[in-house]
Amino acid sequence: MKTSMLKKGWLYFLLTTTSLLVFFPVLYAFMISFMTGTEILQGRFLPQTFSLDNYVKVFQRLPLVNYLLNSFVVSLSVMFGQLVVCSLAAYAFVFIPFKGRDFIFFLFISTMMIPWEATMIPNFFTIQKLDWLNTYQGLSLPFFALAFGTFLLRQHFKTIPIELHEASQIAGLSRFSFFLRVILPVSKTSLVTLGAYGFLTTWNMYLWPLLITTNSSVRTVQIGLKQLQSQEMSTDWGVVMAGVIVVIVPTLLLLFIGQKQLQKGLSQGTIK
Amino acid sequence: MSGLSIQELWRRTLNVRTASLYLFPSILLFIVFVFYPMFRTIYLSFYLTDQNGNAAIHVGLENYAYLLASSEFLNSMKATALFVLYTVPIGILIALFFALLANEKLRGIGFYRTMYSSTMGISVAASSVIWLFLFHPSIGVFNRVLLTIGMPQIQWLLDPQWALVSVSISTIWMNTGFSFLILLGGLQNIDQHLYESARIDGAKYFYRLRRITIPMLSPTLFFIITISLINAFQSFGQIDILTKGGPTQSTNLIVYSIYREAFINYQFGTASAQAVILFIIILIVTILQFKLGERKVHYQ
Repeated sequence: MKTSMLKKGWLYFLLTTTSLLVFFPVLYAFMISFMTGTEILQGRFLPQTFSLDNYVKVFQRLPLVNYLLNSFVVSLSVMFGQLVVCSLAAYAFVFIPFKGRDFIFFLFISTMMIPWEATMIPNFFTIQKLDWLNTYQGLSLPFFALAFGTFLLRQHFKTIPIELHEASQIAGLSRFSFFLRVILPVSKTSLVTLGAYGFLTTWNMYLWPLLITTNSSVRTVQIGLKQLQSQEMSTDWGVVMAGVIVVIVPTLLLLFIGQKQLQKGLSQGTIK
Repeated sequence: MSGLSIQELWRRTLNVRTASLYLFPSILLFIVFVFYPMFRTIYLSFYLTDQNGNAAIHVGLENYAYLLASSEFLNSMKATALFVLYTVPIGILIALFFALLANEKLRGIGFYRTMYSSTMGISVAASSVIWLFLFHPSIGVFNRVLLTIGMPQIQWLLDPQWALVSVSISTIWMNTGFSFLILLGGLQNIDQHLYESARIDGAKYFYRLRRITIPMLSPTLFFIITISLINAFQSFGQIDILTKGGPTQSTNLIVYSIYREAFINYQFGTASAQAVILFIIILIVTILQFKLGERKVHYQ
């Protein structure tokens, strides 16, 4: 059935106004990041010139390159760590029938009911005792195992025909090479979804890096933002917003590229 | 079993042994970073601790008794409950509205979907800094608009009456992207044939929404409600940046309260007791959701 012109116009109107409303804060922050102090005080929406002064300043005031690097290292570590740990576990759940599988599965589910914040005090001391404060492993290792990620991959592995497994056994492929050479390549889409999800959530993590980093050696960009905001204290909003834009660009790009994939993958892994 | 030779046993347990190799990393990490700390938290909640978080004096349930009598903690519980109430229903309704709009088959719809989901790519810290500016008493957008239309200005983050509302508004915005993506995914999974037969019957949009879309979407809705509730209870970053729990503790949400008690006041015993209460609340929410969900949700 054809959508009438009136209905179409109405839809476009709603879509445009609401999406602008949603995107306005980011767009505005982007504009502010080019403004001088007086322009901001005047309450303008568009800067007079797109000068990069604020961006230069923010890199001078914070070791932002260092922080960006730290965030990349930590996010990539968690991403790969999760992919390895979760895919191994998901493989066992789908392809190895073993006694006690239901119990182990229940154990995985139960981790989802324990909020990370409820366990952060002992976790902090564990990391301290391991002497892992201010280290990459302290920031990333606790997040390698993920029940949600295991379920997401398990869901996809289940769609792989079991005949493939039998055929590989006849062909003399060991279990592990079957996993490595058959299962992982055909599950590329789910792995990409989980990878993007892991990167995004780690990049945006706030509370754990706040606890674990006490100096700037491995500090992440999110803590850098807090530092910047408390340092500048409303005096230089242009610089603060330049910092914000630098921090959100990598994840926004990732989201824009992978939006379709992420939406498909997440809704598949969560519902069935 | 006793008649089995070692070799036979070895052969029979082949699968268990292989599986445990594959599961070992997950299980080890869960034990070290989830199960052990949970039991440790429960244990510590019965003790007074020293500066290094070691149990010092056993006090039984006194930490809990202290909390339940402390106006500060009760206030924090009240603020958390209000915060959940303000953010979850409105947030999901807005995301659902966006998802329904973005599910229409129109030219250029991909662009709008990207816009709606954009807040998922923005961290809590970055969002909070942006909203700190929007809420600024003199140069922020909100007060400028109020000034232009001749309304009295509001001290968004400084007025105890408004601070929690302001934090809630910014939180709703932060969570829209994720809820939107999940709900849109759910909408796209609905079998189109259902609509075709309804169209033939000449069913109106809202009738279709009520009779087909919402029931078919219910598993997704159920999932996003659970996740949103849990997320709301765990909110921390926006509080730390926007209000620091103030003014007059009106935004001292439970996780922020745990953080302060533990890492600023070094009262690990009472902080652990609060963490246990948070755990119990989330447990109850999850169980309730599953119990109610089982009855209300239609699965395809």
